[in-house]
Amino acid sequence: ARRFAAALRGLRGGGLEEETWELLEEALLGADVGLATTSELLDGLRERVRAGELRDGDAVVGALKAELVRTLDAAGSRELQLAPAPGQPDVWLFVGVNGVGKTTTIGKVARQQVEEGRRVLLAAGDTFRAAAADQLATWAARAEVELVRGAPGGDPGAVVFDAVQRAAARGYDLVLADTAGRLHTKVNLIEELKKIRRVADRGPGRVREVLLVLDATTGQNGLQQARQFLEAVGVTGVVLTKLDGTAKGGVIVPIQRDLGIPVKLVGVGEGADDLVPFDAEQFVEGLFAGVDLA
Amino acid sequence: MFDTLSERLEGILGRLRGRGRLSAADVDQALREIRAALLEADVHVRVVRSLVDGVRSQLVGEELARSLSPGQQVVRAVHRELIRALGGESLRLTYASPPPTVILLAGLQGSGKTTTAAKLARWFRQQGHQPLLVGADLQRPAAVEQLRILAEQAQVPFFSQPTDPVQVARAGRQEAERLGRDVVIVDTAGRLAIDAELMDEVRRISEAVDPHYTFLVVDAMTGQDAVGTAEAFHATLTLDGLILTKLDGDARGGAALSVKEVVGKPIAFAATGERLADFDLFHPDRMASRILGMGDVLSLIEQA
Ligand SMILES: Nc1nc2c(ncn2[C@@H]2O[C@H](COP(=O)(O)OP(=O)(O)OP(=O)(O)O)[C@@H](O)[C@H]2O)c(=O)[nH]1
Ligand SMILES: Nc1nc2c(ncn2[C@@H]2O[C@H](COP(=O)(O)OP(=O)(O)OP(=O)(O)O)[C@@H](O)[C@H]2O)c(=O)[nH]1
Ligand SMILES: [Mg+2]
Ligand SMILES: [Mg+2]
Repeated sequence: ARRFAAALRGLRGGGLEEETWELLEEALLGADVGLATTSELLDGLRERVRAGELRDGDAVVGALKAELVRTLDAAGSRELQLAPAPGQPDVWLFVGVNGVGKTTTIGKVARQQVEEGRRVLLAAGDTFRAAAADQLATWAARAEVELVRGAPGGDPGAVVFDAVQRAAARGYDLVLADTAGRLHTKVNLIEELKKIRRVADRGPGRVREVLLVLDATTGQNGLQQARQFLEAVGVTGVVLTKLDGTAKGGVIVPIQRDLGIPVKLVGVGEGADDLVPFDAEQFVEGLFAGVDLA
Repeated sequence: MFDTLSERLEGILGRLRGRGRLSAADVDQALREIRAALLEADVHVRVVRSLVDGVRSQLVGEELARSLSPGQQVVRAVHRELIRALGGESLRLTYASPPPTVILLAGLQGSGKTTTAAKLARWFRQQGHQPLLVGADLQRPAAVEQLRILAEQAQVPFFSQPTDPVQVARAGRQEAERLGRDVVIVDTAGRLAIDAELMDEVRRISEAVDPHYTFLVVDAMTGQDAVGTAEAFHATLTLDGLILTKLDGDARGGAALSVKEVVGKPIAFAATGERLADFDLFHPDRMASRILGMGDVLSLIEQA
């Protein structure tokens, strides 16, 4: 970090040393932003320094942060879509690879939506993983909402279908549907997910959000995850979990920039209240946290 | 994405065919491509630097082999460097006498500890041992139930109690002695390396069971954070090795390399699926090819 500050002073003095750019690059790469995006961002800045538009280290860092925020905010609305009609509940489907935080996030979202006065039902659409439904049942109890579950090893589509029917019959506004973790590369599991989505959309319910849950520790594979899930089930937003750790979650920069999927929520802990809206400025500050830019 | 690494290197170095030696400039250009491939594979940015420097010094001025193109020769050098970095001393499990051999699993949330505990239990059973699974995660909803179900699938007995994690771990070890089980595998809750309270808890669990092997369970999809996390767990627990999970996807798994470099302990096992059988000893050579994203090409080059 000290080296970083020293190098930036060099930049301030007008001497645009190569080392300075390398250190900025290292900060972005170290936050998992990825080489392609990092290179494009820094090439843009170099151009502006050459044009005399940016004259010192502070200006360069400021411009970099501003560019990142602008990029992130261009990805579209972060508003969660909800417009149920009587007898026609909305469905939010949670998808993602194994262990990222889908079930936990549903518990947190249920709590928030109940607090906002919505009538919420949970669907335990993970019938595969050991005790997945028990885990969701604990969260349902915490949020004091009803849960529909099936038999272990049963058809997840049937569980989601039952949940939507029940929600429609009982006047619920929102069904939060959990799904088993699955790698985006597993063709049969992705087919199963497509089917779950179709079932949820058929009949009285309507899928308004397909939320891709993404672990902040994920590296460059995150872009691949987002691409495949987007193509398969039309992801409408990302939930970035575990941002309370040391990982920066920088892979959402190319995800938002190249795929246009906005991050809508951020997980910051294992508790029921540890879920916050995404804030681009705060996120960008976080990317450089621990890097001494003074 | 870098299936084309080889082709790109041919593009850069192809004109050298028949020239004899690689110049420093040729090597620099080739190494830029290698660096990009390693970063794309999530190798830590500092580890990339030291690897690239290591390869550079090997290559400059090296006489070109006739059997290989210059591009292939560069790839082979990098591949060998990766195998060296990933391998080295491999883990040779020895069993405690008197038994039981105690194994502690730790790691970030969701990395695959509980599943891995059951896979390990199955693996030991197949080696002719009698493991006991101990569920010391009393924090995550239904974690105990999850391990109980998996233990049944692995046909291995299971122990837990609703007390506190340190107490459960200690009692689990005693239970193994009482039952005459010769391997004890302790599953712990996921935790962040910066969570001082939970890191202290896992340290106390470790003190209570005095493990013969402590493994950090690492998700193969992890990015740059792997290094700092591994350093912190190593500082608290003194790791004996690593277990890499979720290798069944398309993540190139550079975290393995980063973590191995900073912790200096072997990668003992690799998990390649959700089923208990999807688990085996770790092979550095396969991992090196995977990180470079060019498995088939490499086996051909290595044979040349
Ligand atoms: N620190 C932290 N931990 C989290 C967060 N979100 C989830 N977790 C933890 O991550 C682990 C995995 O969470 P789950 O909700 O079970 O993940 P999942 O995606 O449903 O997992 P599978 O269903 O097995 O694919 C659990 O230990 C959670 O407590 C978060 O925002 N911060
Ligand atoms: N595809 C795949 N999934 C895996 C592998 N290992 C574990 N999983 C899945 O990853 C998810 C998390 O696994 P767990 O064993 O619950 O992880 P954990 O580290 O115990 O999680 P916490 O206790 O919440 O910290 C589950 O869905 C597992 O089925 C693997 O090698 N490949
Ligand atoms: Mg789940
Ligand atoms: Mg667990």
